[in-house]
Amino acid sequence: MAPAVALKDPYLESRVYGTRTVFVLVIAMVLMGILMARYFSLQITQYETYRTESDRNRVQLQSLPPKRGLIFDRNGVLLAENRPSFVLSLVLERVPDLANTLAALGELVEISESDLEKFETRSRRRRPYEAVPLHFRLSEEERALLAVNRYRLPGVVVDAQLIRHYPQGELFSHALGYVGRINEEEQRQLDEVDYRGTNHIGKIGVEKYYEDQLLGQVGYQNVETNALGRVLRVLERTDPQPGADLTLSLDVAVQQAAFTALEGRRGAVVAMDPGNGELIALVSTPGFDSNLFVNGISARDYSALREDLDLPLFNRAVQGQYPPGSTVKPIFGLAGLEYGLVTAETTIRDPGWYILPGEDRRFRDWTLRVRGTGHGNAVDLHQAIEESCDVYFYDLAYRMGIDRLHEFTAPFGLGTATGLDTTNERGGILPSSRWKRTARGEVWFPGETLNVGIGQGYMLATPVQLAVATSVLASRGRRYTPHLLRAVDGEPVKVPTASVVEANEANWQVIHAAMHAVFHGERGSARAVGRGSAFTMAGKSGTAQVIGIAQDEEYDAEALEERYRDHGLFVAFAPYEDPQIVVSVVVENGGGGSTVAAPIAREVMEQYLMNQQQELADRG
Amino acid sequence: MAEYVRQMPSAASDLARRPAISERFHIDFPLLFLLLALTVYGLAVLYSASGQRLGAVIRQAEYFLVAYAVMLAAAQVSVQRYRRWAPIIYLGGLALLVAVLVFGVGAKGAQRWLSIGGFRFQPSELMKLAMPLMLSWYLAARILPPRLINILAALVLIGVPAALIVRQPDLGTALLVSASGLIVLFMAGIRWRFIFGALVLAVLSAWPAWVYLLHDYQRQRILTLLSPERDKLGSGWNIIQSKTAIGSGGWSGKGWLNGTQSQLDFLPESHTDFIIAVLAEEFGLRGVILLLAIYLLIFVRGFWIGMHAQDSFSRLVAAALTLTFFIYVFVNMGMVSGLLPVVGVPLPLVSAGGTSVVTLMAGFGILMAISTERRLVIQ
Repeated sequence: MAPAVALKDPYLESRVYGTRTVFVLVIAMVLMGILMARYFSLQITQYETYRTESDRNRVQLQSLPPKRGLIFDRNGVLLAENRPSFVLSLVLERVPDLANTLAALGELVEISESDLEKFETRSRRRRPYEAVPLHFRLSEEERALLAVNRYRLPGVVVDAQLIRHYPQGELFSHALGYVGRINEEEQRQLDEVDYRGTNHIGKIGVEKYYEDQLLGQVGYQNVETNALGRVLRVLERTDPQPGADLTLSLDVAVQQAAFTALEGRRGAVVAMDPGNGELIALVSTPGFDSNLFVNGISARDYSALREDLDLPLFNRAVQGQYPPGSTVKPIFGLAGLEYGLVTAETTIRDPGWYILPGEDRRFRDWTLRVRGTGHGNAVDLHQAIEESCDVYFYDLAYRMGIDRLHEFTAPFGLGTATGLDTTNERGGILPSSRWKRTARGEVWFPGETLNVGIGQGYMLATPVQLAVATSVLASRGRRYTPHLLRAVDGEPVKVPTASVVEANEANWQVIHAAMHAVFHGERGSARAVGRGSAFTMAGKSGTAQVIGIAQDEEYDAEALEERYRDHGLFVAFAPYEDPQIVVSVVVENGGGGSTVAAPIAREVMEQYLMNQQQELADRG
Repeated sequence: MAEYVRQMPSAASDLARRPAISERFHIDFPLLFLLLALTVYGLAVLYSASGQRLGAVIRQAEYFLVAYAVMLAAAQVSVQRYRRWAPIIYLGGLALLVAVLVFGVGAKGAQRWLSIGGFRFQPSELMKLAMPLMLSWYLAARILPPRLINILAALVLIGVPAALIVRQPDLGTALLVSASGLIVLFMAGIRWRFIFGALVLAVLSAWPAWVYLLHDYQRQRILTLLSPERDKLGSGWNIIQSKTAIGSGGWSGKGWLNGTQSQLDFLPESHTDFIIAVLAEEFGLRGVILLLAIYLLIFVRGFWIGMHAQDSFSRLVAAALTLTFFIYVFVNMGMVSGLLPVVGVPLPLVSAGGTSVVTLMAGFGILMAISTERRLVIQ
């Protein structure tokens, strides 16, 4: 019988609590046992499985950068190679005290401010346990010092990387361009997969133009690393595919001849094979040591190059735009013949100046300031080219008109970039009335045609363009796109088909004969250079005014500041009978083309033709 | 009093003696030493787990300073005062839980904090203390074992805050808070037939709960637990990596600061919920056993305090606090090793974090208050 009012029973409560406590303790022990069993099972029974699993975590996929393709000249002389360079890097995870380590390294190796700056940038973007480069190109001595002190420099790594090297240095700096470390902007644009593990990219010139071929394909390897990220063994490997080796049509000997001939001057030489458009030489002076740029040029070196008044970084051969001067007269002469404005027999009277009908402004011949007269009373086209008569071409250009002149000349490759396989090529200017309307918003004045008629005024051309235009003349109408690449991995590249400039065979001959007379005629403007030459040559000199000389002012080359002197130009081809080589030469502020530029052209052509003969003789 | 004492000589001597230091300062020394040992062990593991950042360890040490102060302060409060204040603390906690749902600040899609003057505070943590106090207050005043009507009332007291916490949503904490209440019911002697009845009901209602009550991410966690290989890089990643860390530690471990899983960042949440994996990897099974031993001793000490408490209220509170602590340990170590779903329960006094440490230590403060109360009745 239950009591009507239940009372609290402390003894009962205590007893119940006791049994429940025991019960809960048992349950808790069981649960603890389950936990223990679980950890025992994971850590003891399945230890091997998880140990392997944890190891697999530490296996890393590493990229293997490909070897960049080599570059050779036409005879197999090495122009760009890859050299092992010793690089000092830090694995930050293993460096106990960065500031101390850097200070200690500073005592062993010369570490510059810019090294530190770049190191910091690279550290921020690194992957865990990745070695961050601090200093490149360690010397033997520095490597030895680092090896001796290795015990107190944990985390410091010295390893070899392949670094681009240009054995020809300054000689090919403009022809080849150079590679440099990938900068942030390039990083954003390039394909990350292709460049994994690659630190360098073509910055300019052939190195940039043929970047895709030179780069090669990245390889991969699976490596097992220890707890500190050090590679223990390679598990799996896909080899990288090296970049293609390029053979260029350039010839080291000819390049050297041109470079030596230009020594000490600002100028450019372009030599080209008129039979296929291959460039034999591409020189711009002064040059620079391309090797400076490969691992980041120091600020001091760079500002020295940039502030040099001779502009060594400026590739005059493809970027330099000069008034072609009289070098284009043969083309205009051919135009006159083709349009029927003149014949070979047509003569004009040259008193030393030319006056436009209805005007009183005098257009002077260059002879006026030299000998006070003109070229005589009966100057024909042959003589006009041989002696470089201005009045003949003033008259011819005036009668032709600017637009017909433009129309005939454009197919020779003037006024547009030639498409040479390098970077930064400029297109020059081949003026026309439409060009002036668009570019200047003005109408064309007849007087301006006269200046263009002697390659001055608005007209501008690069040395490469002049070489191309001259090769059209030399080959009697075949125009090839100029190019540097001859073979990829030994496979010759296809020679581009020529476009044809049509002209009467007899007219070509008139022009050729006149250009031959420039060297070998009695009155030829470069007859002094032509004398004693082993080969028959043809050419045309040119002189480009740097500053306008007022009509009645006297030109005194001696008194003029060197930098205000005329540019000397020359275009030529040889041998005359069967042209094998075309050359264009520009010597900045060199004065007259026949005196300063023609000898350079001759030397370059002789070097090339002589070598060819030698080769034939060797083979025969 | 004098009469009474005269009749109970042994009690007289008990009252007459000078109180021991532990009684005077309300410090339970065995418990304190165990907690200190755990703290030191935990900080050592944390240094490694946090990627050897001394700053993280110092911050955690500062939390511990606060927590120990709170514990000692809580120990000074008399058990009777806790008893009187239990309903008020409980109601205050409820009010704050409602406030969280209205004004709370969120993180990761859940709304758990109240921000008061730049200080962030998690009311569900308070409930972990308020719940055992309230249930003990309620049941200790009733006839025990509790009758059905009292049980139902107790279930309401448990259910309301639990529901509020589920709404945040924070399923893990809701389960822990409910557990701390249910433990009190169990220890109060609830009859077995009620327990079995409830279990049957629970099983029957599991399906609707799965469909309607659980959030997507909670279901995901359970599914991931069942087959973590399902989504190696997604939801299963944590479990796979933590099991790998634990397993690869073996018997003796890879050595302090040398765990590849933890040091090479393969292990996620390595300094918070998954810190036991770091410990297991670097100290091996030996280290796990040492940790479990400390926990076990704390746990046994808690029960000893409960057994020796002088009234039902004290006993129930002591049991609830101790068992909740045990559940923490079990759930955390179970989830990291892949036995239980990942519910976001930290490893008590080892995982980095301030709130849970302070709450736990306040609980130990209450335990100490119970343990060091002056004895009026000879046991």
